[in-house]
Amino acid sequence: MLAYIVRRLLLAVLTVWAISVLSFIIIHLPPGDYVTSYIASMSASGSAVSEGEAKALREQLGLDKPITIQYMKWMGLMLQGNFGMAMEWGRPVTDVIGDRLTLTVVISLAAIVFTWALALPIGIYSAVYRYSFLDYLFTFVGFVGLAIPGFLLALIVMYVGFAWFGANVGGLFSPEFAEAPWSFAKAWDLTKHLPIPAIVLGVAGTAQLIRIMRSNLLDELRKPYVVTARARGLPEYRVIMKYPVRVALNPFISTIGYLLPYVVSGSIIVSLVLSLPTVGPLLLKALIAQDMFLAGTIVLLLGVLTVVGTFLSDLLLMWVDPRIRLGRE
Amino acid sequence: MAELAAPPEAGIQAEQRIAVATQWQLMWWRFRKHKLALAGTLVLIGFYLVAVFAEFLAYVDPQESDAQRSLIAPQSIHWSDDGRFAPYVYGLKGTRDPVTFKRVYVPDTSKKVPITFFGRGEHYQFLGLIPMDRHLFAVEDAKVAESLFLMGTDTQGRDLWSRLMYATRTSMTIGLVSVALSLVLGVVLGGISGYFGGVIDTIIQRIIEILRSIPTIPLWMGLAAALPGDWSVVQVYFAITIIISLIGWTELARVVRGRFISLKEEDFVMAAELVGCSKARIIFRHMVPSFISHIIAATTLAIPAIIISETSLSFLGLGLRPPAISWGVLLQDAQNIQALVISPWLLIPSFAVIVAVLAFNFMGDGIRDAADPYL
Amino acid sequence: MQTDAKPLLSVRNLRTNFFQDEGTTKAVDGASFDVLPGKTLGIVGESGCGKSVTAQSILRIVDHPGRIVEGEIILTRADGTEIDLVKLKADGREMRAIRGGDIGLVFQEPMTSFSPVHTVGAQIVEAVLLHNAVDRKEARRRGIEALRSVGIPKPERRIDEYSFELSGGLRQRAMIAVALSCDPRLLIADEPTTALDVTTQAQILDLLRTLQRERGMAIMLITHNLGVVAEMADDVVVMYLGRVVEQGRVDDIFHDPKHPYTKALLQSIPSIESEPRVKLPTISGSIPHPFNRPPGCPFHPRCASYIAGRCDAQEPVLRDLGKGRKASCFLYQ
Repeated sequence: MLAYIVRRLLLAVLTVWAISVLSFIIIHLPPGDYVTSYIASMSASGSAVSEGEAKALREQLGLDKPITIQYMKWMGLMLQGNFGMAMEWGRPVTDVIGDRLTLTVVISLAAIVFTWALALPIGIYSAVYRYSFLDYLFTFVGFVGLAIPGFLLALIVMYVGFAWFGANVGGLFSPEFAEAPWSFAKAWDLTKHLPIPAIVLGVAGTAQLIRIMRSNLLDELRKPYVVTARARGLPEYRVIMKYPVRVALNPFISTIGYLLPYVVSGSIIVSLVLSLPTVGPLLLKALIAQDMFLAGTIVLLLGVLTVVGTFLSDLLLMWVDPRIRLGRE
Repeated sequence: MAELAAPPEAGIQAEQRIAVATQWQLMWWRFRKHKLALAGTLVLIGFYLVAVFAEFLAYVDPQESDAQRSLIAPQSIHWSDDGRFAPYVYGLKGTRDPVTFKRVYVPDTSKKVPITFFGRGEHYQFLGLIPMDRHLFAVEDAKVAESLFLMGTDTQGRDLWSRLMYATRTSMTIGLVSVALSLVLGVVLGGISGYFGGVIDTIIQRIIEILRSIPTIPLWMGLAAALPGDWSVVQVYFAITIIISLIGWTELARVVRGRFISLKEEDFVMAAELVGCSKARIIFRHMVPSFISHIIAATTLAIPAIIISETSLSFLGLGLRPPAISWGVLLQDAQNIQALVISPWLLIPSFAVIVAVLAFNFMGDGIRDAADPYL
Repeated sequence: MQTDAKPLLSVRNLRTNFFQDEGTTKAVDGASFDVLPGKTLGIVGESGCGKSVTAQSILRIVDHPGRIVEGEIILTRADGTEIDLVKLKADGREMRAIRGGDIGLVFQEPMTSFSPVHTVGAQIVEAVLLHNAVDRKEARRRGIEALRSVGIPKPERRIDEYSFELSGGLRQRAMIAVALSCDPRLLIADEPTTALDVTTQAQILDLLRTLQRERGMAIMLITHNLGVVAEMADDVVVMYLGRVVEQGRVDDIFHDPKHPYTKALLQSIPSIESEPRVKLPTISGSIPHPFNRPPGCPFHPRCASYIAGRCDAQEPVLRDLGKGRKASCFLYQ
């Protein structure tokens, strides 16, 4: 068991490192750097930046050192908790990101909870009553859910809300709470606004999980231990729920781990369409402006978020599956 | 051995047919039973036909824009004129809306523009080689660009139907190129990992796990935003393909690796080794045919994800950019909700996406069910 | 068979069909036999002859798309009353009380007969609680006793282990313990030793015999291994394609087989006394596909004593040949 934890932890650390390198590379791919786009935007508004000013700016922002040094500096700063300045905004990155990361976590979790709550019972039903009318119905709806990209669903939802109800269903807060400090009332307001983004985000994942649950359960239902359970005189309901479902839950739970990157990913686009105050819109703006600290930090933070989530789900899996606990993966 | 009374003829014949059918015939027979998969396949064939015949099916240059013609609603085709089969649309008359003072186009019922099928229109090169000028829809006695708007126009006055035809071509083919790349990467890396095992396997496995843990959209956004703005449409197209396949290969690699690992233990592989076959021969002649059907299934199922990715990226403005035309680019116009409510036809390309993805999923599921001998 | 004792379980004309898209398979096609209390009945036949489906039918756990379409399965309860299992609801309270309570099942696959994520003890305790009105502590005590009675060392420790922590032989013993935990009067053992190596096989058979003696339990032993039958059974039923083709006491069957199928089966057993360098006699042909049942007697295409015009036209019935012998063959009709 310990070996398992250590292994997963090591992997998590490695993944975070890989993500940091990738984020850094991404930021440095475009030709030119922040100063170049700064100069461009300045000249577009009519003012010019001299060579000397540009050079001084570069030195100030540390943009004149070799790449590897810049990377080290960046990593060093971040490990101290200093995420740098968002150059475009002129404020510390942490300020700018602020609530948004937490809100990203909140809707991602909400989407996952929704996914689970729906996929589990539907998957079980579909497997036990294979080829029934409801099974075909769920399968078809599931397929459609898989086929609609997140942003499209968000668009359609927005459109329906607007065209039929005249309401703007986007956003996570009612106007009076948007900038207000946190309180119970604000939290409650958030909960009221959560269902739509959670559903939009979760639909594709739900469809996928239903299929996985159904096929895993179908595999387990054929196995001899189900027959012996029945032969012991257990009522059919307990036979199914206590044994094959319990066993089929294991791959289900391990799939949750990989649902997280997918959901976090999807939340970016969905936030853009639904105008949610999460990390998504911020990232897009940062990338377009080539704001290195901001964009890189966001990508890195998102990556770390998902790695932590995956690690937690690995722990959950270990708790649930005795085969792993006792060292026989 | 006494001569035995033979069991019924039909039964024996059926058994013999099954016994001598090739793997592919068996798969085809099973695939045929899946109504949904067949439907999906037909739909996809239709989509690819559109991709090939885009110029023929469109009737206007998709880039031709006219600000005055922006956001015209789709016209309905009237099929009979005084009892004869003579399809036509009403001409359009520009008027000024008294409230908004914006120029608005309303159908002019005094003007009937007849539509001819397979009529002559703009010149084009079919498949880049054969000069033709026949189109599916053409109009007589009028300029087609001013009269026919089967799906309305977008904010820049470009005809949506024609644009949709070209968009289909781009979106359907970008998936193929991307999946081909993923296939190569996946098969090679997955194969090496599965066949040789050991340290190589562990390393490749860890790489796959790391890649799977990274949220893809931020990564793609970053990579796509990093592409120089002055790259040509084609260059961007290929760059996007490569970017998408860089993560997409992991799924295929997992499938391939899994197959190799389970096949390695099979007795027939050991038999081949004992007979003295070279490793290459064992891999390509003996092992690969066993799982090639699974690869096909996995590949088919990977394409819809790629289509969705490209559409999403382009929708954000980070993927293909104008003047390239893809479903995602078309849907960019739909970002503005207010505009969308007034011009809901801007959402029509989304049906293309959904149907294409559904079709691929159905077909892929059908192939996978047909290929799996244990169902 | 001795006809003076009242049968514990009496199967009469059982027919179980599987209704599939491609056609209907008659898995059990009119089987009739009796199981006497305290005795072992061996059911032999090749794979696919319907032995397992018969056991499933008795326990009413036949899988969809299968269904019992005809027949009676009469169980004599502890208090002497009779009940027809076919008439009960498969998932009803009465049948469930019988399943596991009066009739226990031991399965072929010890490897996968236990849930991988529950302890062995949990599964035994569950069985005990289902059929007895006792509390958990008592159920656990009985579970430990059951494990001890099948010869598992240190049962108080083993009861909390998972099935993958036990070896194959121990697992099969644990299986038997679960089946016995509620003191059934009939134990159905479906190929209990097929997945085990020969030494373990012998041990398990010994165990079964001991338990039978101690508890006066009847055993219905399903197997394709004639050696096991010879060792364990008091009476034998031979099945082919869902029908009983011969019945009798074990000694009679082995020394004086009546049905050509039984004869051929016995001839094909390699023996240390057979002549060296002579080809082993086998039964020609192979089992017909379930959708391709031969008309008339199902065995006639492979029969050495085939009578043209009779065997392929009419179906023989199971005839009583006296002294407990029954056979279904035109040679005796």
